[in-house]
Amino acid sequence: MTTELSLRINGATHAVEVDVRKTLADVLRDDLGMHGTHLGCEHGVCGACTVLLDGRPVRACLIFAVQCENASITTIEGLADGERLHPVQQAFIDNFGLQCGFCTPGFIMLAAGALAEKPDMDDEELRELLSSNLCRCTGYRSILLAVKQAAAAMRPAAR
Amino acid sequence: MARTEQAQRYVGGGVLRKEDPELLTGQGKYTDDIVVPGMVWAIVVRSPFAHARINSVDTSRAGGMPGVIAVYSGADLASEWAGPLPMAWPVTEDINNPPHWPVAKDKARFAGDAVAVVVAESRAQAKDAAASVEVDYEALDPVVGVEAALRDGAPLVHDEFGTNKCYTWPLADGEVDDVFAKAPVVVKERYVHPRLIPNAIEPRAIVVQPVPSQGEFTMWSATQVPHIAKVTLSITLGIPESKFRVIAPEVGGGFGSKLQVYAEEAICLAVARRLGRPVKWVEERSENYLATHHGRGMIQDMEVAATEEGKLLGVRAKMLVDMGGYLQLVTPGIPLLGAFLYAGPYSAECYSVEFTGVFTNRTPTDAYRGAGRPEATYAVERIMDALARRVGKDPAEVRRMNFLPPFSEPTPTPSGLSFDSGNYEATLDKALELVGYDELRKEQAARRESKDVKQLGVGLSTYIEMCGLAPSQVLASLRYVAGGWDSATIRCHPTGKVTVLSGATPHGQGHETSWSQIVADALGIPFDDIEILHGDTAVVPLGMDTYGSRSVSVGGVAIHHAAERVKEKARKIAAHELEVAEDDLEFADGKFQVKGAPDKAKSIPEVAFSAWTAHNLPEGLEPGLEETYVFDPPNFTYPSGAHICAVEIDTDTGKTEVVRYIAVDDCGTIINPMIVEGQIRGGVAQGIAEALFEEAVYDDNGTLLTSSMATYAIPSAAELPRFTLAGNVTPSSTNPLGVKGVGEAGTIAAPPAVVNAVIDALSHFGVTEIDMPATPERVWNAIQNAKGGSK
Repeated sequence: MTTELSLRINGATHAVEVDVRKTLADVLRDDLGMHGTHLGCEHGVCGACTVLLDGRPVRACLIFAVQCENASITTIEGLADGERLHPVQQAFIDNFGLQCGFCTPGFIMLAAGALAEKPDMDDEELRELLSSNLCRCTGYRSILLAVKQAAAAMRPAAR
Repeated sequence: MARTEQAQRYVGGGVLRKEDPELLTGQGKYTDDIVVPGMVWAIVVRSPFAHARINSVDTSRAGGMPGVIAVYSGADLASEWAGPLPMAWPVTEDINNPPHWPVAKDKARFAGDAVAVVVAESRAQAKDAAASVEVDYEALDPVVGVEAALRDGAPLVHDEFGTNKCYTWPLADGEVDDVFAKAPVVVKERYVHPRLIPNAIEPRAIVVQPVPSQGEFTMWSATQVPHIAKVTLSITLGIPESKFRVIAPEVGGGFGSKLQVYAEEAICLAVARRLGRPVKWVEERSENYLATHHGRGMIQDMEVAATEEGKLLGVRAKMLVDMGGYLQLVTPGIPLLGAFLYAGPYSAECYSVEFTGVFTNRTPTDAYRGAGRPEATYAVERIMDALARRVGKDPAEVRRMNFLPPFSEPTPTPSGLSFDSGNYEATLDKALELVGYDELRKEQAARRESKDVKQLGVGLSTYIEMCGLAPSQVLASLRYVAGGWDSATIRCHPTGKVTVLSGATPHGQGHETSWSQIVADALGIPFDDIEILHGDTAVVPLGMDTYGSRSVSVGGVAIHHAAERVKEKARKIAAHELEVAEDDLEFADGKFQVKGAPDKAKSIPEVAFSAWTAHNLPEGLEPGLEETYVFDPPNFTYPSGAHICAVEIDTDTGKTEVVRYIAVDDCGTIINPMIVEGQIRGGVAQGIAEALFEEAVYDDNGTLLTSSMATYAIPSAAELPRFTLAGNVTPSSTNPLGVKGVGEAGTIAAPPAVVNAVIDALSHFGVTEIDMPATPERVWNAIQNAKGGSK
């Protein structure tokens, strides 16, 4: 069974006809060719598919595309401001917050969404936040440092 | 050894990675991002039984479902195979080597074994239809553990051998039994190394595009080994290697699990050939748990003979190794990568190890980060602590008195290999200082005295490992089928840009950055003007891929040599153009300069242009500036280090917390400190998880209980401690760069450091043994059993 759907992604509106059983991740990847959102486990544990739904991080593998109509979706492709990287992206380069890069879009979207809401999290809160997602390469230290740098850059005083 | 003339500007510097911008913006192309017009999807139907006879496979109902193009049983596809899946390491002449067909025909030998394939227009349609494939299984008794598998009357995984024994591989040196019989002290312990599931975050994925009229195939695969896959799959499928191209695009982590040639690769090639259409398969995470190979899985009976003072006299060890249901690419050879390390960095008079490979009805095992070396190091470092307890000395002291003395040239060791360089005592001293060893011991004594509910333990691991696989002739003597060389080509374009082709195939390690650093320094080319190509067999003709921490010490060294060749030729051209003798030139500041007249100079880009126009070349010299070097290392490299872990154990709950972790590593010369640090941090994280959290648990039916990311304990950011890293470099004597390798140090070093710390925290209760993972339950039980004081 398919349905017509209008999705607002990274500021642009996409009209798609999708199978109603498709997750948001599947529609982003298969129907819209936006491959930056990665699928690591397809059951909501690893967080590689994290995107922002109305600014808040969600697992794109656990939400149906039809649930996202009228919402504003941000993916890794839409995070940078043109050539200028988002502070979280820049901090990941500066702190070597990635190795293979597969979990990276999920971590970046998680941090970007959470920091936009609360840029003054302390180390313990950040660790708790980052434990939402899994990385097998870095041991997390460099991700934590990256997100701390991004948090500093995103605090109102720093703007 | 000769070093480059030029001052190093990039090597050793913390250069930011070239790879990152595209990976951070969603532009990295992984295999699942490859879309080919007309592509169909494959889903593999897998046995739910660990051991079952396949009486029949009825595909008719599935075949009639929406979107379904074809459904194949093992029998249906049998004619596609020119040979079984590859097994490249028959470690003994009499090894029992069963044929491993991509889709099982008669018997399923582990839960997850492929029994049928569904092909449909969409993945969802294929998945739906897969549930309707009717397989008539006759469940057989499974054999789940290695010891049970060797008992008389055990069910047979492969009936034709009449036994579940795969092989016995012995390595004996010296009069071992005699030394042990006469030794004043003999310590013997049994260590159980659990099976682990590698869990790269990117699942495996495969796309095959055929050109039916030409008989050509292109395969994209999330693999660490595109070059090895091309050779071996061309044999399995009977596809001419000249018509077969393998591409590993961005690969999202491997840790050894993608050092494999998998059934699904063969299946996609076969289906693409049969249908004449592109085929895609993407692994589900549950399949990653069942059908991607596991690591470790070894029972080690480890013994040392020593003097009353704790001076080692000999090492004797016997191991049972779980092969799983089939032999994958290098399954039998994995323990051999540790076989020469059972004396660690210590001296001993005699040495004997023996490995027995055993078939079980479980997922096949193969390489997982460290591969054989973590097992060996675990046994060695655990028993050094046991020896220290036995002779009543501090574990640091017992290690110190047994270390090989410092050396910088190849030096023979108890197992018969020659190590390249090392200064083990200095490394340990640095680690002891950084961790504050004396203070920790005082604190430990105070807590024991006050019967603190939180007891403190300190664990040491002074490891040695073996990288830079490998001298091809040594591999031949170990009966490995392929060579151990790697290749590099440096192409200097007339516009001054440089392309490097590397036979190493990264999956997160940052080769593009490290290789660019080597070339930039060697040729005086700006870092950003260098492009590294890899992982495509049509672009890089010669390669042996990335595994076993071999990339820098083989592939990286090949790049160094290729750059030297480029300079050799460029020097001829520069001398000719400058009308001086070659000896009158020195290479400095990225240019060939006339000695004493440095403004008379030619840069590599200038020479590359001259080499391209070929208007004024020395007599007989070929146009162009492109050189290839294939490096076959003369020896392995032997990274080493000292890791020290301090844990706090809540004796009421059994919960272990790592409160301090110090890693001092000697990985040889460092190309990029940031990348090296990342490798060590990631490896130590996996090693700590191995010690405390992770284990593939099976029930008696051979069903994997830890079969998802929710039940298998991969650590998150919340579970891992901070750790402090330091180095103590001794340049390798094996290669001119002095590099050793670093990818596996963490998983090799960390498990015994952590477990030794756990036991050390509880030794005053009488606890001497806790198996990995040291979960709160195991720790609590060990405390209760020791306190009960029975046994």
